[in-house]
Amino acid sequence: MWKLLQIELFKIFSKPRTYISFVALAAMILIIQIGLKFDGESYLQLMMSGISDSFYIPYEMILNGYLVAFVILNALLIHVPLLIALVAGDTVAGEANMGTLRLLVTKPVSRTELMLVKFFAAVIYTLSLLLWMAILALVLSILLFGTNDMLIARNTAMEQIQRSDVLWRYVAAFGYAGVALSTVAALAFLLSVMAENSIGPIVATISIVIVLTILSEMKIPLYDDTVKPWLFTSHMLAWKGFFYSKATEDGRSIRGSIENLPAILRSLAILLTYIVVFVSSAIIIFRKKDILS
Amino acid sequence: MSSVIQVTGLSKYFKDMKAVDDLSFSVKKGEVYGFLGQNGAGKSTTIRMLLSLITPSRGTIELFGMNLFTHRKQILRQLGAVIESPDLYTYLTGYQNLSLFARMSGMNVEKKTLLGQLERVGLAERSESKVKTYSQGMKQRLGIAVALVHDPGLIILDEPTNGLDPQGIADIRNLILDLGRNRGKTVLISSHLLSEIELVADRVLIIDKGKKMMEGSISELLDPSRSIVELQTLNPDNAAQIIAMTHWQSFLQKRRHDQFIFKMNKQDIPQLTAQLAEKGVQILRVQPRHSLEDYFLSLTSPNQHVEAFAN
Repeated sequence: MWKLLQIELFKIFSKPRTYISFVALAAMILIIQIGLKFDGESYLQLMMSGISDSFYIPYEMILNGYLVAFVILNALLIHVPLLIALVAGDTVAGEANMGTLRLLVTKPVSRTELMLVKFFAAVIYTLSLLLWMAILALVLSILLFGTNDMLIARNTAMEQIQRSDVLWRYVAAFGYAGVALSTVAALAFLLSVMAENSIGPIVATISIVIVLTILSEMKIPLYDDTVKPWLFTSHMLAWKGFFYSKATEDGRSIRGSIENLPAILRSLAILLTYIVVFVSSAIIIFRKKDILS
Repeated sequence: MSSVIQVTGLSKYFKDMKAVDDLSFSVKKGEVYGFLGQNGAGKSTTIRMLLSLITPSRGTIELFGMNLFTHRKQILRQLGAVIESPDLYTYLTGYQNLSLFARMSGMNVEKKTLLGQLERVGLAERSESKVKTYSQGMKQRLGIAVALVHDPGLIILDEPTNGLDPQGIADIRNLILDLGRNRGKTVLISSHLLSEIELVADRVLIIDKGKKMMEGSISELLDPSRSIVELQTLNPDNAAQIIAMTHWQSFLQKRRHDQFIFKMNKQDIPQLTAQLAEKGVQILRVQPRHSLEDYFLSLTSPNQHVEAFAN
């Protein structure tokens, strides 16, 4: 299995298309960082216009690497699934289109093994992309902007997390984002098994994610308690929960606490269930599939 | 001699279409077995079933004495294949492609072995070039190297000479003869180049519309009594009268202008020409046609066969 996984990763990372996502992500992050470096205060004034009249806001202190990383993640984690679809949607359909799938299936490897290896390779690609994002968004932002306490705007209130209480929250948030993005990879992988060229599953994955994200974000009472809680897109941004801590009676954030851990765990369980369902379906379909490409 | 391939009652339906219909055949160890049929006859579907790419609707396939669908991995370890066009990873080099498939076949990769394999198919000098820079013939040869790299006992080649120049075709022919005769490999080969099959195969299976038409050795199939003989004369009307009055009429298949086409034993040609010459018929040309292609066409499209000669 390990040997097969190495082969699959070698194929993914030998393909020029794989690196489009890394370059695109780097470009987006650098654009945000450059903008905030030179005009971060205006951005913060705009963001905090609702509360700036009530409080004195020390913008120089707030604009630190932790906040910049949060801004970047908030802006990009909605769009990264589109980049994931580029590679995950290509895993099986791309091979069918190229004609190499039939050669792979004549090798002494079970179809289940082949599918698992391809999915794990897509997940490793997803996690590499996320790691790249973490390096650029967090490490580079810390180097450019330094560190300080982190201020998070929540509706009409502000939450202050102590500088020493931030890093583990990022580790947890990135871990959660890894599962969320792997759900998109699993969906693209399932669609890839059903197609003979990669354009179809890539476009279909992106379309599904966009439609479901819109549905998750819209406030329609009919769907709020019936459909939305079960859409995977409703749980993809639950990583933010790691930055919401419990507060003392006088409103101070409790170090090391998470406001609603059960909600995060429930979201995680839903995402993992989606992954299992998508991948199992892909395996069942592929095991029965006649390879005609 | 034991059978390496044993196919019994094999059928495949795609919805209402019957692609392969109750096909049975066997291939013995060390045989080179030709698989013939027109486009759409069911050759590729059969080959894909032998490679476990397609699940049969009915019937059984045993390779090396084991059921293909219960011992798939064991069987595929001993099997190498080229399936239609050899599509490989174009963004990788020839060496990387070969190495990758060798590892997937469970082989411990030694660079020397792989380079030797590439040299054998004439690609040693281009081993580090990306496959996207290869010609169709080079891709075909790399596909054959991939099929042979793990030294399989059974080799299935579906149109292996596609896209090759005459020298490439001759090289593949020699390779197949070497595999079968000197290295004891069992080879199943399908090709539309019937003359090539005739040169390399010990036995041949002909299928049409998914059904078995004929199976046998080349010598059995090329029975001299079934030769097609073309005769061209300077005075065809005179010849036609003489033929009509003699027993040669029963062998005549068609007349077109100055040409007469007979289906007869080619050993009787001297008797025919002598009889015509005796009656003053001037014979311009006599040509017996006696190839696997003639036989194949007479089985799969008997009308086209005669027309083809006449034209």
